[in-house]
Amino acid sequence: MSGHTVPADFSGHMLDLDEDEDLEVFSKNISLGDGNPMPNSPGSMVNQYRLEDDEEHQDANTKDLFITVDKPESHVTAIETFIMYRVTTKTTRGEFDSSEYEVRRRYQDFLWLRSRLEEIHPTLIVHPLPEKFVMKGMMDRFNNDFIETRRRALHRFLNKIAEHPILSFSEHFKVFLTAEDLTAHRKQGAGFLSRMGETMKAVANSVRGLKNRSEEFTEMQEYVEDFGYKISSLDRVAQRITKEQREYLDELKQYGPTYTQWAGFEEELGDPLKGMASCVELCSKETEEQVHHLSEVLIPTLHEYVLCTETLKAVMRRRDNIQAEFEAKNEALVSRKVDQETLQEEVDGLADRMEQANNALKGDWSYWKNGMRTDLKSAFISTAEKNVDYYEKCLAVWESFLMSQRVESSDQRDAEDVS
Amino acid sequence: MRPGSPPTSAGPMMAEDGKEEQLEADEDSEYTAGDGADGSLNNTVAEEGAMLLRRMEICVAEAEKRSGKNAVNMQETFTVYLIETRPMDAVAEGRNPAPDSLWRRYSEFELLRNYLIVTYPYIVVPPLPEKRAEFVWHKLSADNMDPDFVERRRVGLENFLLRVASHPVLSNDKILYHFLTEEHGWKEAVCETGFQAKADSRLRALSATFRVRNPEKRFMEMKHYSDELQSHTSQLLRARARVADRLYGVYKVHGNYGRVFSEWSAIEKEMGDGLQSAGHHMDAYAASIDDILEEEEHYADQLKEYLSYAEALRAVCRKHELNQFELEMASQDLISKKQQREELATGIVRTFSFKGMTNKLFGQEAPEQREARLKLLEDLIAEGEETVKEKTIECEEHVERVWVDMQHFKEQKDKDLREALINYAVMQVSMCKKGIQVWSNAKECFLKM
Repeated sequence: MSGHTVPADFSGHMLDLDEDEDLEVFSKNISLGDGNPMPNSPGSMVNQYRLEDDEEHQDANTKDLFITVDKPESHVTAIETFIMYRVTTKTTRGEFDSSEYEVRRRYQDFLWLRSRLEEIHPTLIVHPLPEKFVMKGMMDRFNNDFIETRRRALHRFLNKIAEHPILSFSEHFKVFLTAEDLTAHRKQGAGFLSRMGETMKAVANSVRGLKNRSEEFTEMQEYVEDFGYKISSLDRVAQRITKEQREYLDELKQYGPTYTQWAGFEEELGDPLKGMASCVELCSKETEEQVHHLSEVLIPTLHEYVLCTETLKAVMRRRDNIQAEFEAKNEALVSRKVDQETLQEEVDGLADRMEQANNALKGDWSYWKNGMRTDLKSAFISTAEKNVDYYEKCLAVWESFLMSQRVESSDQRDAEDVS
Repeated sequence: MRPGSPPTSAGPMMAEDGKEEQLEADEDSEYTAGDGADGSLNNTVAEEGAMLLRRMEICVAEAEKRSGKNAVNMQETFTVYLIETRPMDAVAEGRNPAPDSLWRRYSEFELLRNYLIVTYPYIVVPPLPEKRAEFVWHKLSADNMDPDFVERRRVGLENFLLRVASHPVLSNDKILYHFLTEEHGWKEAVCETGFQAKADSRLRALSATFRVRNPEKRFMEMKHYSDELQSHTSQLLRARARVADRLYGVYKVHGNYGRVFSEWSAIEKEMGDGLQSAGHHMDAYAASIDDILEEEEHYADQLKEYLSYAEALRAVCRKHELNQFELEMASQDLISKKQQREELATGIVRTFSFKGMTNKLFGQEAPEQREARLKLLEDLIAEGEETVKEKTIECEEHVERVWVDMQHFKEQKDKDLREALINYAVMQVSMCKKGIQVWSNAKECFLKM
């Protein structure tokens, strides 16, 4: 074995699936170990097929795995201090012994999970984790904002995996969610050296270059490049907007009190001036909420997809490597006359592997694009809604001030009439 | 100072159709408010006074750039403003005569205002729009030649003229009328009033401020208020300018969405249309802030007017302090002279004097000398008493007149500023409505993604 296990080709099934064939009660029989986590039962195929077609990734009916990440707690040992997060799982899936689990995991554990998933499914798009280090410099690992941001991203990560038609059935994923102590499991799996070996091969292959990459994958590559630039720009734009909003908010906080101070020295004008001060203050509060919303909804989403770009690039590279390996061996087969039989076997194996990798990617590509579209669309809609809400609230504030002034002036007029 | 033609003015006033006579006839009254040939008086009620504006429609219609040589013979560019006037009765009758017009530059307005301040020291004279752009937020031009600045100045100058022409006292001034109706010879006429000589020297005024003993309580309050008014309006203006600056940044940055959405839409199939149209709305949003903030400058101008009014208030207070101080000095002088007379008459020296010393040392002076000195003192005392009487009247009249104008000013201020605040709120409402519109549209586009 080359060390790579390949997901069974499901896309073919997806297209041929007959209505009658399914509806077997789902009973998975996943063998453990190095993992062949691919669902083979038709039931699971139907699940995926439905998922491919749906707008949403999982409707309420099919979702059977609910995960939350919360309660970050500081954990102190002799050597280091780190944060542990609580991971709670609720599920109706048969292969889980229980229906509820609660474990504690640290960031490294998430890293482990992700790298195992990527190893086993080199051409599937595994959602990225939040960054290891903070670049901004002003925050440290134990800053509350940082921890909260990370917690949210970790929550999203696990849910993305849970929604994924293939990855959610990964044995490693199950272990991650259920094992009390993960350290034992972490020692299993492909070692560092073998990973090094793969990397070296990859470098060698890329030097050789690919013979003919299919049109489809070239287009994908170009898209990933372009998408990467666009999403990075958007990320920067959103960050900049937040910064400008915060500075605007700071000035508003100074502005309101100037009206209050002035009101102290006026008689007739006192009321309207105080009214103005109150309006500015209320609008400040709304602005604060608006900024908060931006940093909780749009910015994390955009940032995640910036990270996705790196993931996508890595996936494309790995796919290319698989093809390169095949091509290399194939060339060898063509040129050499000895060892034909063994070489042929190898080449066939690599060809299979390549085909499966390509199909996996093709399938996951449309899944990912759909997800991206849904996520970003929803984030922008939410932002637009929040902005409408913001302006509506501010409008109400100023209109009520105007109302109060009209009432006052008509009162005054009445008073004058009477006198 | 009396209103109308000062008694000691040299040179002819503008020889007008009986107006000069009318003014002289009213010299003794407090306000020259009547315009009828019978010279009917109509004093004290402020509303009656807006005569000039009732007779004449005034506006500052245009601004133009001119080039010319200045006082030191250097070439300079400056702006002139077109003042148009039309007789009100013609307008009321539905006739539409072409307006009379003339051009004036800002420095001439300044000259007019200085004349009014000196001539009517008991009036809070309306201020001019600012000489240089202040409280500027960074995108707003501080250049006096900037068209937006010139436009706002045009509005400010018109506002000044309307205020002056509707003031119960100021509106009757002949120099004002001349300013509005005859382009040439006006500068000479103003200077010939000799007002510059009458302007209180800054040093005298400053000295009075520090040394006056018993200024009227109301004036102290007014002075205190003018300080507060100045302080708070300038703080407000500064804070508002910074807010405007930041808001500008927020809106403009959204323009980047437009650009990126547009580029992104090119590589997307399903999302393309939604993104593209959303991008257009973001561009519109970013562009909308220019008009919004330009309008807000009018609010700032209204506040600036009252910032300048604070200075005018203080000028009136200073005049009072000067009057009061001079009265106190004159009274003091009279008292000391009377004391001297008493000493001379009775021979009892109460206070130290050189004469007393020399008397002790060298003996009393001769009776003739004493008589001569006594007579001189009596004359001086008589003069002194006249002076004190005059100064007292001057002071009292000033106080009375100021008090009337203060009521007028207070009412106007409350009304104007309240209106300004309401206008600001209206602008905010409009801005919010635009925001709702843009983001609702954007949301529709996003839904199509």
